[in-house]
Amino acid sequence: MSDIFSRNGGGASDRVVVRMTNLRKTYFMGHGSGGGLFGKRGGGEVLTVHALRGVSLEFREGEYAAIMGQSGSGKSTMLNLLGCLDRPTSGEYILGGYDVAQLDDDELSEVRSRSIGFIFQSYNLIQQYTVTENIQLPLTYQGNGVISEEFQERTMELARLVGLDDRLDHRPNQLSGGQQQRVAIARSLVNDPYIILADEATGNLDSATSYEIMDMLGKLNDAGKTIIMVTHEPDIAEYAKRIIRMKDGVIVEDGPSPRMLGGEHPAERMKMELSKHR
Amino acid sequence: MGRILRSVKLGMKSLMLHKLRSGLTVLGIVFGVAAVIAMLAIAEGSRREAQARFQMLGATNVIYRSIKPSDEAQLSTGGRPARILNYGLKYEDYDRILATVPNIKKILPIREIRKQIRHDEHALDGRIVGTTKDYAEFNHLEIERGRFLTQHDDDDYKTYAVLGSDTAKKLFPYEDPLGQAVKLGSDYYTVVGVTKERASTAGIGGSLAAQDYNKDVYIPLSSCRVRFGERIMNFRSGSMEAEETQLSQVTIQLTSTDVVSQTVPIIKGAVEPFHPKVDIDMTVPYDLIMEAERTARQYAIILGTIASISLLVGGIGIMNIMLATVTERTREIGIRRALGAKRGDITQQFLIETVVLSGVGGLLGVAIGVIIPKAIEQFVAETKAQVTWNSIILAFGISVAVGIIFGLYPANRAANMDPIEALRHE
Repeated sequence: MSDIFSRNGGGASDRVVVRMTNLRKTYFMGHGSGGGLFGKRGGGEVLTVHALRGVSLEFREGEYAAIMGQSGSGKSTMLNLLGCLDRPTSGEYILGGYDVAQLDDDELSEVRSRSIGFIFQSYNLIQQYTVTENIQLPLTYQGNGVISEEFQERTMELARLVGLDDRLDHRPNQLSGGQQQRVAIARSLVNDPYIILADEATGNLDSATSYEIMDMLGKLNDAGKTIIMVTHEPDIAEYAKRIIRMKDGVIVEDGPSPRMLGGEHPAERMKMELSKHR
Repeated sequence: MGRILRSVKLGMKSLMLHKLRSGLTVLGIVFGVAAVIAMLAIAEGSRREAQARFQMLGATNVIYRSIKPSDEAQLSTGGRPARILNYGLKYEDYDRILATVPNIKKILPIREIRKQIRHDEHALDGRIVGTTKDYAEFNHLEIERGRFLTQHDDDDYKTYAVLGSDTAKKLFPYEDPLGQAVKLGSDYYTVVGVTKERASTAGIGGSLAAQDYNKDVYIPLSSCRVRFGERIMNFRSGSMEAEETQLSQVTIQLTSTDVVSQTVPIIKGAVEPFHPKVDIDMTVPYDLIMEAERTARQYAIILGTIASISLLVGGIGIMNIMLATVTERTREIGIRRALGAKRGDITQQFLIETVVLSGVGGLLGVAIGVIIPKAIEQFVAETKAQVTWNSIILAFGISVAVGIIFGLYPANRAANMDPIEALRHE
């Protein structure tokens, strides 16, 4: 399985893929300052929201981390910054050796298409595209957009990896939630990214399917992929090897997952629960 | 190229997601393009028809015809109507034109008399035309058998006649008319030729009425003058009316179309002072052609503009749908942006979808626009339509341009969405 992950042979290494230094993100939300039709000129009250108040973080290649926190803790902002969907107000963000904090919109797009794999809560597949076309979507925004023979093969391999090689021509609405999420996983791998970002990847799935998906992510990590997930479910977070807790825009806790300290692997617990229901 | 092709293919998929909606949107363009092509075809058809009609009269010709003056005109000059109504073109007019007007290539005098034409028991009410050898050329007559009149026939007062095709068929249903005699008035004429059938000309208003050449008999003008004279008696319910006319028509052929407008006043100066009674009327086909050209151009502009408005409406329809589509597909835009699409990629994607819509509409519109004029020709008599390549290229070009222009705003709106907001959109 590791042969299609060219960036890393397997296992955690010492290479740092993400380094965030004193990252801050401030939103300015004004009442009427947006210049609405009846906006008060100059007199608008501007609301300043400090979403991140100086976060410093490092992720090494092959790491499996979970970012946890209540809503409003800044974890969504963190995810947007990690995913290069947004730029920090100040601070430094190095992804795979590039300082991405200062890139313009098009350059950020380029980084996203080449270096980041996204897995979303609601799968976010394109409804009118087939499984193959969905998996290949990030590739269409690279270079000249033509999918080479090599990438066609890679798509096939990934489809096989997620067990959907018999449904290549299906549309998302012909697939179950778990299958759709597996397509999304294949899609997140197609560009061989530095990091895979999973945003509540199991949020829309039942326990059995959640277990399947988490199992798959675990295997990917075993094969050397760097995975950062954002979740508010402790059960899911415990699949990771490292857990980062956020509150009010700062990191309040950063340490190994209970299972790394000899605790029970959440997969075991889940299996138990599943067998009880059967 | 491969990229554009792939984008078109994927764009089609997105459009097929809402078949009815896309179809209805396309319909707006289809009708717009079809209307432009059909309207311009009808305008072009009527232009060509008018052109052809006036071309038949000859673009370099100036035609004078004798007309019977109105009663008021007779009264105003003569006090009370004369017993013998003397009017129209005279031989002296003909001679004066020939002597004083420059740029003349040929001049053709014509005398027309309505009379019965007989051969044995066969009779026909036709038109006797006294004229010279040039008549056939002036009126695009072709000879079926024998020959047309010659200069000698005219010089020697020959009693030769050339029959129109209908005349020949009626008078000689079973025989060869050549060498046979026909009786015109009180004299016998020998048939020397028969003309081919010729479509009758439509009247163009004024003194030039519709002409049916097939029921004519042509005889030398000199013979006509000496044998029929200039007075025509009409006996009508006890009273008698007499008319005296020397020439029915004089057609002056000028050397080229360039000299027409400068020569017309000279001709008028030579003829009209001698006709205070308004008993002659001038027709200048060249002026009519120019007039028809102007009218046709206005006609085309008006029709084209009206049709273009429907294209514009179609374009607005496309923009409306694309704006709705962009809003509806906000999340898809967010996904694409997250997975690496640049703003330009999004613009391109939506622009391609709009252009595919309008392009498909344009193609269908061209197909329908070519069929409609044919159908109109088929079902509405006397309407000629001519589809031109120019109108097809113009209409299709406009439809694609409409797609780009009306697609740009929705596409830009899509491209400028904030990816984070777009992803969050339900």
